[in-house]
Formats: sequence, C-alpha cells, structure tokens
Amino acid sequence: MQNNFTHTLSVVVANKPGVLARIAHVFARRGFNIDSLVVSSSMEGNVSRMTITALGDPANLYQIIEQVKKLVDVIHCTDHTGEDVVVKEMALVKVHVGPAARTEVLQVADHFGAESVDMTESSMILMAVGDSDKLEAMLKLLRKFKVVELCRTGKVLMARGELPT
Amino acid sequence: MTKTSWDGAQILVKSLEAQGIEYMFGIPGGATIPIFDALVTTGTKIKFVLTRHEQAATHMADGYARATGRPAAVLVTSGPGATNTVTGIMTAHIDSVPMIVVSGQAATHMLGKDAFQEADIYGMTMPIVKHSYLIHDTNHIPRIVREAFHIATTGRPGPVLIDVPKDISMAPFVGDPLAAMELPGYNPEAPAPDPATIQAIADALLRARKPIILIGHGVIISDACTAIRTLAEKIHAPVTSTLLGKGGFPESHALSLGMLGMHGTAYANKAMVEADLILNFGSRFDDRILGVPARFGRDAVKIHVDIDPAEIGKMLKPEIVCLGDARQVAEALLKVVGNPDTGAWIKHINALKKDFPLHYRRTGGLKMQHIIEELYTLTGGKAVVATDVGQHQMWTAQYWKVDRRNDWLSSGGAGTMGFGLPAAIGAQFGRRKDLVVSVSGDGGFQMTMPDFATACNHKLPIKAIVLNNSYLGMVRQWQELFYADRKSGVDLEGNPDFAKIAEAYGALGLRIKRAADVRKVLTRALEYDSGPCIIDVQVHKEQNVFPMVPAGKALEDMILEPRPRRGRPPVAARKK
Ligand SMILES: Cc1ncc(C[n+]2csc(CCOP(=O)(O)OP(=O)(O)O)c2C)c(N)n1
Ligand SMILES: [Mg+2]
Repeated sequence: MQNNFTHTLSVVVANKPGVLARIAHVFARRGFNIDSLVVSSSMEGNVSRMTITALGDPANLYQIIEQVKKLVDVIHCTDHTGEDVVVKEMALVKVHVGPAARTEVLQVADHFGAESVDMTESSMILMAVGDSDKLEAMLKLLRKFKVVELCRTGKVLMARGELPT
Repeated sequence: MTKTSWDGAQILVKSLEAQGIEYMFGIPGGATIPIFDALVTTGTKIKFVLTRHEQAATHMADGYARATGRPAAVLVTSGPGATNTVTGIMTAHIDSVPMIVVSGQAATHMLGKDAFQEADIYGMTMPIVKHSYLIHDTNHIPRIVREAFHIATTGRPGPVLIDVPKDISMAPFVGDPLAAMELPGYNPEAPAPDPATIQAIADALLRARKPIILIGHGVIISDACTAIRTLAEKIHAPVTSTLLGKGGFPESHALSLGMLGMHGTAYANKAMVEADLILNFGSRFDDRILGVPARFGRDAVKIHVDIDPAEIGKMLKPEIVCLGDARQVAEALLKVVGNPDTGAWIKHINALKKDFPLHYRRTGGLKMQHIIEELYTLTGGKAVVATDVGQHQMWTAQYWKVDRRNDWLSSGGAGTMGFGLPAAIGAQFGRRKDLVVSVSGDGGFQMTMPDFATACNHKLPIKAIVLNNSYLGMVRQWQELFYADRKSGVDLEGNPDFAKIAEAYGALGLRIKRAADVRKVLTRALEYDSGPCIIDVQVHKEQNVFPMVPAGKALEDMILEPRPRRGRPPVAARKK
C-alpha cells in the first residue's frame, strides 16, 4: 500500500569524490527512483548543491533523508515538497520540420517563451525554460510535429524570499 | 612526527600511531609492501599481528574494539586481500563497532584498467562502511587518518575504510602532518537531552504501572550502564536487553530479565507483551526482538532513546522520542523521575521468572546448556565471552549472565559465522589479564579455524570451546520445526577431531563426551595457561533452542516447549 508521490529535495554536500554514489545508493536500496538529479557548484567553492526529484512513499522518504543526512559528506538535506519554492528546468527539443510547418512551430515556441537555438532546412532545436508544467504543455503541442530528440536538465530549486534553500 | 622526509607509507603508519592504534591485524601483499616496510622503518609502536585470513583480521579488530572500547586497525592488500574483509566490515558496521581498515590498492594510473589485484573495494564497501576514502594525494594522508578515527569512534561508531594506491604510499610526503580535519557535514555530537522530553518521559513513567526498560548496544557504547542501573533501581523497573545489550545492566541483578526476542527468556518476552511502558535505550528495535512490529507493545507507551535520528521511527512509531546519548539521557532522567508504583508488577515478574524459567533436561545426552552453566559456575561469570552464530550462541546468551559492559562479544545484526574465535583473539590482545572464552559451533568454528594459529603464535590463553553437534544446528532446527524435519544441507559429516586440530598446532586439545566429565575437563582448560586450547564438546545432536518466537510471529506467539520427539516424522532421506 504505497502512497507514492514526487518529492523535491535539496542536498548540500562537501565536494568530495564518491558523494554522489553514496547518495544514489541510499535511494536505490530503498526502492526510490530518482527522476531527476542536478549537481552544480554553489556559492562556496568546496560545496556542491544537488537537487533531486524522486518518486516514492513519504514515510520511506523520511528514512531516506535521515540516511542521506548521516552520510559524512552531506552537509544538509531538505525536502521542499509543498513549500514555497521556485522550481525550474530547461529543455532542448529537436523537431524535424521543413519550411512548410516552421511558422507554426515557431508560434508554439513563442507562446511558451522558448527560443529557437538551431535551424536547418529540415530541423529546428527549441530551448524552453520554466516550470515543468509549462514544458509539458509545450511538448504536448509539439507532439503533432516530428519531435526526434528531447533533453531536459532536471529541476533546480530555490526557496523564495529570504529563506535559505 | 617531527621528521619530514617520510614517504606516504611512513606517514600513514605514523598517523595511525598518533591516533593511539595499538594493534593492526592483517596479511601483506604486493600493494601493501611499502606499508609493511614502513612498519619496520618507522620503528612504530603499533604491533602488527599476522593472521591467516583477512576476514579473521577484521573480526579480531572487531573483538578488540568490543572488548576494550578502542578501535584497532586492519591492514590488507588489494584485490582479494581487500574483498576478504567485506564480511568483517559488514559485521562491524551493522553492530556499530569502530574499526579502521587500510587496504592497499593498485597504482592510481592503473585504476579502472583491470590491473593485477585491482578491486574497487571503495565502491564495493560503500553501503557497509560509516565512511571511506580512496587516497588521491600522499599529502592528504594525515588528515584522512585523523578524520577516519574521528568518524569511526564518535557518534554512532562504525568502520572506516582507507584505500591506499601503491604510488600514493611510495610518493614522498611534503604536507602538514598535523593537517586539520575537513568534515563540514559531520556533526557527531549528540544533542543535549531536551528537558521537555525528559520531563515527558518522567511523567509517563510515573503514570506507568508495568514499565520495562529495554537496553541495546547503545547503552554499552555510551557507557550508560551505571546510570541505567541507578534508574532501574530508583523506579523499580525490570530490565531486558537485546543480544548486543548484554552487559549493559548486570544480568545477575534481581531486576534483570535477561535477553528478549526470538530466543529470549520466556519471562522477558511475556513481560514485554504485558508492559504498559517500554523505555528503550540504544536499541534499534531489531526484527529479532520485535517479532511483528505492528504487534509489538501495542498497548504500551513506547519511548525510544537513540543517538541516531535515522533509527527513530524506522521499525515502529514510538509515543515519545528522545534524541541523544543514552548516558546523558539516563542521567538527565535520573534527576526528575519519581517513584512509580510498580510493586504488583515486580511481584508478577518474579512469578513469571518462577513459572517459566530457562530449563533443560540433564539426562538424555550432553546438552550445550550444561557446558555454559558449568563454565559460568567455575568462572563466577568473570570472563569475556565471544560467541559464534547458531544454537550455541543463543544458549550462551540465555545461560551466560553478563554483568559488565564489554564482556560479551557476539555478532548480532550480521549473524556472522566464524566471528567467535577471531573476536576472542582480538579481545585477548586488548585484555591480556582477563579470561577470554570463545563458544563456537562446529560449523562456524571451521569458517575461521585457521586463525587458531594466530592464537598459538602469540600464546593467547583462549579457551576455544566447540559445541559440536555435527550439524549446522540452527538451520537443522528450523528444518525440523518448520519444514517437516526435511534435513537439507545441514549434516556436517567429515568434521575433524577438533582436539587433534589443537594438537596439530602444538596446543592443548581437550574432549568432552559425557556429562560426568564436564567439570573436570573445563577445570583443566581453565588451569592451562601457556597458550590456547580447543575443547571439543560432543553434545546431543538434535536439540532445539527454546523459547522461540518463530520468524514472522509476534512475541506472544512464543513457543515454550519442544514438541514431543516421539511424534517426529521420519527423515525424508530415509523414506525411500
Ligand atoms: C557465514 C554464514 N553462513 C551461513 C549462516 C547461516 N547459519 C546461521 S546459524 C547456522 C548454523 C551454525 O552451525 P554451527 O556453527 O554448527 O552452530 P550450531 O547452530 O550447530 O550451534 C547457519 C549455517 C550464517 N549465519 N553465517
Ligand atoms: Mg553445530
């Protein structure tokens, strides 16, 4: 009787080798699937920030967070699910589209504030940034064209206002 | 550490020495030759003990740590040397035992290229270490060793692995031998007990009529023993312990119920079922004591005191949670507890003890319990006891009353066969003056038997008792009880004569076959002081351990008595 939903965690880690593998182990062992994972540098040089979105049962997630916090190189780990945070991601979409349909694709892109970052006779790459919902909506509209490649960065997150993430 | 012209291997040895490491157990190999050489060239005080197998080396370090409270180190070579430590690391990890494992590794530029004896031990052990290092720079060695010790011994202790590529140990060291630790993510200090929570526990205790204190390994690790004893006496509550909590509260004390759980005493399990308050200090509510988590202490106020936040709520949802060090919490609690009215409860507990005692029949063959009881009588219980895993372990846990912390060494969470003998060896290295006994089964003893040589070489006066039932007894018991006695893969035919094994090493070998000889032979073993001895005790082959809470059942489903043997179905193999 699992009560699965998507959680967004932010993990601040000492920038040491192996730390990602250790965190991944904790998730894998408890049957949590990591949907997206973004590792990036932070303000301080030897500290990295990870944003993890994962699908699973909240009670189990509590355990996972505690286990992740226990890792020596993890400085902190917070679940931001349901909090007032800014969550964004970026997508690159390659569409096979000739001159005939190009205008329509560009209209869609324009509506969602996406940019076309590459264009050939037969293809186009769009870059979209925003909430996951917005990206999903755009992709849905693009589906009527020939989408051949999709690459998403995964979510990054930051708490609003003065709250630290 | 003033000299500055060390190489990596030498600074490694000097750094380990600076941390107070007394013993290092292991076996050399190509990747560690520089480190072994450094043991000579640095003139270190660390004593290296050559073992016969790396697994045994880890259990020796483990036994040393459990018996002294101080960590020891393990030094092994790369590849198979390192992988042979995996069982020992896992055993220490799950039982929260501090240990430093140093493994040699292929040279850095060969990593990931299937070099000779290259094994990614750093990757392989990730889930079973508290932390680990693969050294990338010789100059990092002192910091890493300092960190490794700090991590292994503080908070909830555990093993730390340091993997040292050969080029790293051979390169010159030009760093700072006193380099400070860099552990921004590691905060082992237990939070000070929260006064409101302490008061809430005290209030709950005051309301309780049938409180019980449950102690786990945390009590021993934090040395909360005196505080727990004072607390139990003050509130007049019985105390039961997990397998690893034995010794946290004197088991010869009138308030002790001994061990609870799967093979715990009937009175401990019954008391647990009836209690209206369960005060758990430093036990992780392991499945071997809970039975069915949802049915454990259903009507009781459950209070969980633990240093590790990840343990809280892992197995069950306690009514009160107190994060902190067991000792600090017990001491804080002592200041505020009142006197709950437990008179009727204690009376009832005493009746349970009388009505459901541990018992066995002395007739009908030699029983393991008899050996343990007799040894207890002969030694007054003053010994460090290391057990192996199986039936003999459970009977030893039942019949050997441990009164002091660090006198009981048993692989609990892992249940690692082969643990007993090397753990006893490690313990004897750490406690030269104390009597050290290992109690093993004939199966597990043979898993690390070659390291009897290590005990011989160092003339350690260990009494290695082999309770020999010619079976993998505990598995045979499950097959008898739950699989219609279909014996499968449990017959230890071809066992050697263990007394002769001792003789082959030039040690004393003794044998017990009859109940009448028990006292005489054990006395002889206890008097013998010039080295180790093996006592091969040929016991009843098909005895079963009771009480027993079958796996997947609740404590109240405990089976008290063996069923009559007359009704036993025939052995499957004989049917045809
Ligand atoms: C390394 C390892 N392998 C297998 C087991 C499973 N196991 C648990 S108890 C047991 C039987 C132990 O037999 P023995 O050492 O003779 O002790 P006895 O139960 O007969 O007292 C086995 C095989 C284990 N715990 N550890
Ligand atoms: Mg046996």
